[in-house]
Amino acid sequence: MRYSAGNGRGADAEAGTAALAGIDLRVARGEFLSLLGPSGCGKSTLLRLVAGLLAPTSGRLSWAAAPAPGGIGFVFQEPTLMPWARVAENVRLPLDLAGVPRAEAAARAAALLEQVGLADFARAYPRELSGGMRMRAALARALVTGPQVLLLDEPFAALDEITRFRLNDDLLDLWRQTGFTALFVTHSVFESVYLSSRIAVLGPRPGRMVAERVVDLPWPRTAALRTSPSFNAVVREVSGLLASAMGEGERTA
Amino acid sequence: MSRGDGRDGNGPDENGRKGRGLRILLPLLLAVLVLGSWEGLVRWRQIPVFVLPPPSLILRALVGDAGTLGASLWLTLTITLQAFALAVVSGVALAVLFSQSRSLAAALYPYAVILQVTPVVAIAPLVIIWVGYERVDLALLILAWIVAFFPILSNTSLGLSAVDPNLRDLFRLYGASRRQMLLRLQLPSALPYLLAGMKVSAGLALIGAVVAEFVAGSGTASGLAWRIVESGNRLNIPRMFAALALLAGLGVLLFAMLSWLQARLLNRWHESGLDR
Repeated sequence: MRYSAGNGRGADAEAGTAALAGIDLRVARGEFLSLLGPSGCGKSTLLRLVAGLLAPTSGRLSWAAAPAPGGIGFVFQEPTLMPWARVAENVRLPLDLAGVPRAEAAARAAALLEQVGLADFARAYPRELSGGMRMRAALARALVTGPQVLLLDEPFAALDEITRFRLNDDLLDLWRQTGFTALFVTHSVFESVYLSSRIAVLGPRPGRMVAERVVDLPWPRTAALRTSPSFNAVVREVSGLLASAMGEGERTA
Repeated sequence: MSRGDGRDGNGPDENGRKGRGLRILLPLLLAVLVLGSWEGLVRWRQIPVFVLPPPSLILRALVGDAGTLGASLWLTLTITLQAFALAVVSGVALAVLFSQSRSLAAALYPYAVILQVTPVVAIAPLVIIWVGYERVDLALLILAWIVAFFPILSNTSLGLSAVDPNLRDLFRLYGASRRQMLLRLQLPSALPYLLAGMKVSAGLALIGAVVAEFVAGSGTASGLAWRIVESGNRLNIPRMFAALALLAGLGVLLFAMLSWLQARLLNRWHESGLDR
């Protein structure tokens, strides 16, 4: 099954400016695709278009098989948990909204919490968790419906490096276990190379696709890879692509 | 997970207990000091009772007139609580209605504001005439409700619209209905705002009940406000002070109850619930 986000040209509804122009992106099932670009390149807009939270003003978004309700999971830049609800209730929310019976929803949520290592904190409130744990809860919530597609909008940008590395590994584990298609927005070259099977480099104002790079590093990705020459070679190349996307040319490459 | 395991550690909890103790002890100490010097000053300077009665005499009036004052206290309390409850229900209901229909909000909101900015003393005679002197309690209730209503409406309206935009997107992504959006997202988001509004509103309900009774005048109602007027007319100043003390006590009690409710409902999740 393949679906393509073809030539999606979205507009920022509030500002009325064209956020995207000339993006032709095909995403294959089960791949881990990173959208890498500087701020203002419309990465988030693209993600919102795919999620159906924004409607494209022109252009088209097509699916090989349209996702069922709950078929898309979304992880925001902030954990975006309901502060008044316990962690388990937060994780259960998508199922509750879909009218899944309580017992079944609770069991699903418990399983996901176990998977992200938060089983002991099911009854805690978000305020009582660290930033990394909150993000894990957000991941669990996004995966609780068993989505085919997971959209992640710079989810780890606000975390410290140690926590970020650990969550990178956890995310990859979840991806390998469940086989969702991941669309990961980031402005970190290192993160995109470490996580992705493919990287799409976007340029700013208006957002357009500048380059694509398949990341053929071996799986599973481990901490040792982060310091290996092959990893660094890809990082150098992708950094060059990003620099040219920002209009700086060969200078930084 | 107990609160002690949170980011505050154990120290602030102990400090919190100590702080709470001080917060009760210090005002009490001050009260003893002030009442003592008041008593002493009045006796020493032989200030006439009708100018400033000593606290001991006020206490005697409080005990001696317990029957009358108690009945008055009960009347003022019930009117205040009824008006407050009515204000909460109608304020929240109208705020929810406003949040569902923008045109309804646009049409009605100015009138809610007019009702709010018109001084209740000025409306009171009209309301009393309309309701009739034989049902003056109802007039008091209406007037107290009018003043208590607006903080609930405006705070709840603010809270219902102050929803985290990302959470709103999340609910939309999962196809939440308007009802789910309201019950699971907007109302919980509005709760801290509503509770803050309730604190203001309860005080205003008491003020409304008292002011309305002043306006209603002689012999029609017998709440604490009327006791104050009556005692003043008879130059029974100790009783006047006793009624005043009861009114103040009532206000403090309402405030304390709502503070307790606020802490109880918000302490696990809202920043305002943190021990500081």
